[in-house]
Amino acid sequence: MAKRRVVITGLGIISPVGSGISEAWKNIVEGQSGITRITRFDASLFASKIAGEVKKFDVSAYLPAKEARRMDIFIQYGLAASIDAIKDAGIEVTEQNAERIGVNIGSGIGGLPMIEDTHNDYLAGGARKISPFFVPGTIINMISGNLSIMYGFKGPNLSMVTACSTATHCIGDSARLIEYGDADMMISGGSEACICPLALGGFASARALSTRNDDPVTASRPWDRERDGFVLGEGAGILVLEEYEHAKARGARIYAELVGYGMSADAYHMTAPREDGEGAARSMNNALHNAGLNKDQVDYINAHGTSTTLGDVAETMAMKRCFGDHAKKVKVSSTKSMTGHLLGAAGGVEAIFSALSIYHQIAPPTINIFEQDGVCDMDYVPNIARNMTIDVAMSNSFGFGGTNATLVFHRV
Amino acid sequence: MSNIEQRVKKIVAEQLGVNEVEVKNESSFVNDLGADSLDTVELVMALEEEFECEIPDEDAEKITTVQQAIDYVNSHQE
Repeated sequence: MAKRRVVITGLGIISPVGSGISEAWKNIVEGQSGITRITRFDASLFASKIAGEVKKFDVSAYLPAKEARRMDIFIQYGLAASIDAIKDAGIEVTEQNAERIGVNIGSGIGGLPMIEDTHNDYLAGGARKISPFFVPGTIINMISGNLSIMYGFKGPNLSMVTACSTATHCIGDSARLIEYGDADMMISGGSEACICPLALGGFASARALSTRNDDPVTASRPWDRERDGFVLGEGAGILVLEEYEHAKARGARIYAELVGYGMSADAYHMTAPREDGEGAARSMNNALHNAGLNKDQVDYINAHGTSTTLGDVAETMAMKRCFGDHAKKVKVSSTKSMTGHLLGAAGGVEAIFSALSIYHQIAPPTINIFEQDGVCDMDYVPNIARNMTIDVAMSNSFGFGGTNATLVFHRV
Repeated sequence: MSNIEQRVKKIVAEQLGVNEVEVKNESSFVNDLGADSLDTVELVMALEEEFECEIPDEDAEKITTVQQAIDYVNSHQE
């Protein structure tokens, strides 16, 4: 039996560069940064005081107030982006298809802000102050759970957690479920909202964050010589994946086909990538093998590109290791230069940008490359978006624990 | 309407996500206002917060209507 094909028919995004696909994509193509000083809480005593915060999010446009206040912000973002993606895809749930629609939306961290708040309530007032909605308001699979309840999606319902590669794994595995026949449609991606003291402090202690506090918009600068760490971001990126014949039969708009998915582990270090990029290269190789594509067919790579000293070099080594001579030609950019690092949601918004790069035939730029690091010598589409033919786009995500995931998209 | 009655009805409306005009004295949280078991636990916590009191679980179980909540608060105010 031939492999069932999987296409992308709906997109939804809540992000530091805008909420709604048209606003976010316009800002990404124009090279607009979404990084500002932190307003969510008083970060004045933290080493890093900047972040990619979601602006102007109105949860009441998506959820009744009673429901919303029982969910930590990452669940609100995840549901909002899902609602937009489902609307974009024009899905109607019926008795016939309900069991064939599933959800796999993850988060790297989950409800840390609500955990902090509830712990404070507990310290102040004892166990009686812990809400009965604390647990369902903070655990990671509650975007998937709540979405199935809202829409009546009765298919596979799960959430995968792999740090900063969470959404990429969720999307790749969702596609596998469609290929394998467990579902005809999957709502998939990631959400993150942990701009709170413990997450900011934890990443800062790990020396992972940029401290360019006096100039937030240039703080995330992948492959620039002066990069000094990533910038914490938040938001959600959700895709509707659909079996190709199913999408065609209902006349759905198709953004791109998801043709390849690869995974690997560094088996090396808790937080640092392997410097030679061996693990990440295997993830890319596996994805291309799964796609049945040659390396020289890849036109554009939406890189993990977090703006850390080690990570940007390691990924460059990995791309060279994977692509050989073609590394001189393939165009690479990091949209994290504008969004910051959305952790478990990063792979979701970047899968969206990859699909849109094919749909619009534009490679988004890497902004803030003032002086390119000499060790990082690929074409990173510096500072200005590029109109170009993109038949095949790749998206990379790497996470703590040394986990790697890669998706490959094809023009339909 | 007494001050306590008003405050109780406001909390019930907020917690259960219903319009304040739907909240009658005789309304049952579960049967009339759509509350489930978790909603009622949270509602009791909100009453404790508002009236700065502690409602033991065995008392909380007996508060199933708006009037019962008003009566409880009235009889436990200093």
